[in-house]
Amino acid sequence: MTAALIQQNSHHWWNSRGMKRFARHRLAMMGVFMLLLLTSACIFGPYLLRYDSLYIDLPARFSAPFTGDHYLGTDPLGRDIAARLLMAGRISLLVGFFAMVLSTAIGTVIGVVAGYYGGTVNSLLMRFVDAFLAFPSIFLLLALAAFINPSPVMITIIIAVTSWMEIARIVEAEVKSLRERDFVLAGRMLGLSNVHIMFRELLPNLIGPIIVAATLTVARAILLEAYISFLGYGIQPPLPSWGNMLNGAQQYLATAPWLAIVPGIAITMAVTSFNFIGDGLRDALDARTDPA
Amino acid sequence: MQVTPRSESEIQVEETILSVRNLTVDLPRGMERKHAVKDVSFDLPRGKILCVIGESGSGKSVTANTVMGLLPPAITVSAGQIIFRGEDLLKASKQDLRKLRGRVVSMIFQDPLSALNPLMTVGDQVIEVMASHDEGTPASRAARAVELLDEVGLPEPQEMMHQYPFRLSGGQRQRVMIAMALALEPDILIADEPTTALDVTTQAQILDLIRDIQVRKGMSVMFITHDFGVVSEIADEVIVMEKGLIVEQASAEQVFSAPKHPYTKRLIAAVPGLKEDDSDAHKSLPAAELDDIVLSVEGLNKTYRSGGGWFSKERTVAAVQNASFVLRRGKTLGVVGESGSGKTSLGRLVIKLMESDSGKMLYRGTDIAPLKESEFRPLRPKIQMIFQDPFASLNPRSTIGHILTVGPIAQGMKREVARSKALSILEQVGLDGGTFGRYPHEFSGGQRQRIGIARALMFDPDVLVADEAVSALDVSIQAQILELLQDIQEQTHVALFFITHDLRVASQVCDEILVMHKGRIVEAGPPSQIFHAPQNAYTRQLVSAIPGAERTPQAT
Repeated sequence: MTAALIQQNSHHWWNSRGMKRFARHRLAMMGVFMLLLLTSACIFGPYLLRYDSLYIDLPARFSAPFTGDHYLGTDPLGRDIAARLLMAGRISLLVGFFAMVLSTAIGTVIGVVAGYYGGTVNSLLMRFVDAFLAFPSIFLLLALAAFINPSPVMITIIIAVTSWMEIARIVEAEVKSLRERDFVLAGRMLGLSNVHIMFRELLPNLIGPIIVAATLTVARAILLEAYISFLGYGIQPPLPSWGNMLNGAQQYLATAPWLAIVPGIAITMAVTSFNFIGDGLRDALDARTDPA
Repeated sequence: MQVTPRSESEIQVEETILSVRNLTVDLPRGMERKHAVKDVSFDLPRGKILCVIGESGSGKSVTANTVMGLLPPAITVSAGQIIFRGEDLLKASKQDLRKLRGRVVSMIFQDPLSALNPLMTVGDQVIEVMASHDEGTPASRAARAVELLDEVGLPEPQEMMHQYPFRLSGGQRQRVMIAMALALEPDILIADEPTTALDVTTQAQILDLIRDIQVRKGMSVMFITHDFGVVSEIADEVIVMEKGLIVEQASAEQVFSAPKHPYTKRLIAAVPGLKEDDSDAHKSLPAAELDDIVLSVEGLNKTYRSGGGWFSKERTVAAVQNASFVLRRGKTLGVVGESGSGKTSLGRLVIKLMESDSGKMLYRGTDIAPLKESEFRPLRPKIQMIFQDPFASLNPRSTIGHILTVGPIAQGMKREVARSKALSILEQVGLDGGTFGRYPHEFSGGQRQRIGIARALMFDPDVLVADEAVSALDVSIQAQILELLQDIQEQTHVALFFITHDLRVASQVCDEILVMHKGRIVEAGPPSQIFHAPQNAYTRQLVSAIPGAERTPQAT
């Protein structure tokens, strides 16, 4: 006697109920759209623009946006702001993204180990997390930045080192509750090793909360990079980044405000789009429980 | 709609107190069927108990909630009438309905812990019912609350008034709910599976209480349940529901002596009966192979310790005390007990998911109790477990194929070999190979339990521990799974350690039964002895509490 199945639909993740709920969240879709726009502009834009980011057009220095040749104006040295913006965007977005990847990796491992083992291991690791959280992250970043060679790679690493704690806490809490479920006991009954249970059985169940935390981490990472570059400790010129464009714009705020406004808008767009996506994902995954 | 208090002159002898006519309730789009209940009509007779029985998804709770007007907004009534004292309740305004609730119609729910407010004392909650209907004065309400708590059989009612719900046991909380429901002396009491979450003995007490009160006050009771035992214990009239339709409606006598609808017959047949004798026609092992002891447990002990530190005294619970028994090849040993008896702990100890404090467990001569995890791991395949909750025991993120093969592959089996073995075992448990790539949420509870059984069988175990493996399933699915387990035992001669709280189930599948009470095994013997000639006082109490033992068919 073969028992019939309940549903015959295909169950790919893009067809799932969570995805459909996400698609209905208007702010989240707006975030996705803005992000796609920004990313494709940063990838393809520099090839389509008339001027290269390093080209110095002295006669056109300090020209305002929407006047003349340069679409978004020029900076004090005569470089095209639009081109610089998009090149800077590449750096800022890449730093933000990879900082997220690294901090998520660190945070997840620590969170899973702390949550699964409990007891002394948990106490030790979570106090470690608490210690890191106790430091004001900006100051920690600046202190680290002062010691190291400020290449984009190093900046990515130090941003990751100051951002992993949030994810560790979220993961630890989830693992603590999942650990009691029967399928984990079943895993032990089958003779699976602890490492296997942690990373092959438990981890796939944590993807939801991790992705939500990760998108919000990207937003934070982009902002952190902008902060330290603005203060002069991050990405150094001539490499453009949205943060150091703001630095250069400080003294001209009264006379050439677009120098600050344009990168400011870019940062805002990037950060808010990630925040909206994170919110949409959280709402979409929140209501998704095992169908009873 | 005016609700006038009943005065002497108005007491008419009506046969029916509530009439439901052609009720149809719609479900939101996307569910398996369009209607929660369709074209349901029945009468609730005055002063009698009407039992509504059906499996999960039959629409019985929806019917009850519709009468009370408690449907969630997503589920709407699309047709029908509910006639009470000449008025249609479905057309009544919210104010009128609110006046009726509590005063004329009351409801008690399944899970007393979540139905009581955890932040209010028990006494306050009973008083609240009266206060919200402006009944009496604060002083008289307090006095009446004490009266009610006494009436429902709670000890020391004055003290009980100041207790919070979390301090009470399940049975006591249910009594508090009944007290709240009776506070305003309603005409109708709707009970939505009030005893499903309770132990057998507690269930018996609550059923007695309900019947007692019903007789004393002449209340009509609409009792919803899925357990035919309960129905045979207290019902006067019975309604059988299936998938939103009423399939049979008759007096209790008729339903049990001559059920008409095939679904009713199937439900009654699926209820395991209490065995009279122990001969088993289908156990056909040659005598030499029988009585081969697979696992012998001697003096197993486990005590839980919690708290304990500088400021609080350590609390100990002796979960298992001095347990000794043997598991034989091809035979089933059952463990029955109520919650807190230690049977689940015993199961976990046997399978070494929990370490015992002392005692021996001899598996084919080797004492496995003191072995460390790394030493025991190679032996794990031989002792496997089927878990209770079909929803939590499978990893929702793994495909069925992964769930079945991950264990054997981790123990060294080749992937291809594991895969083909998994496919053949899937067939053995009654699922087809197409399930291999699917996820657990695509299957029903009964199917998931089959997958759990398949997972345990992948290792060809010698011992199979079934920890309440059928408790979460509907009666008809339960019967199928029990049959499957018996078939597997016949084919593989595995020793089955069957843990359950349901005595009927134990009676049907077990060759020998252990009765546990507060961590100790108080009696051991074949089913016929346990049920018809129990030696121990607690066993006698347990057996007498089984609902409907007289009316339901006995298994031969």
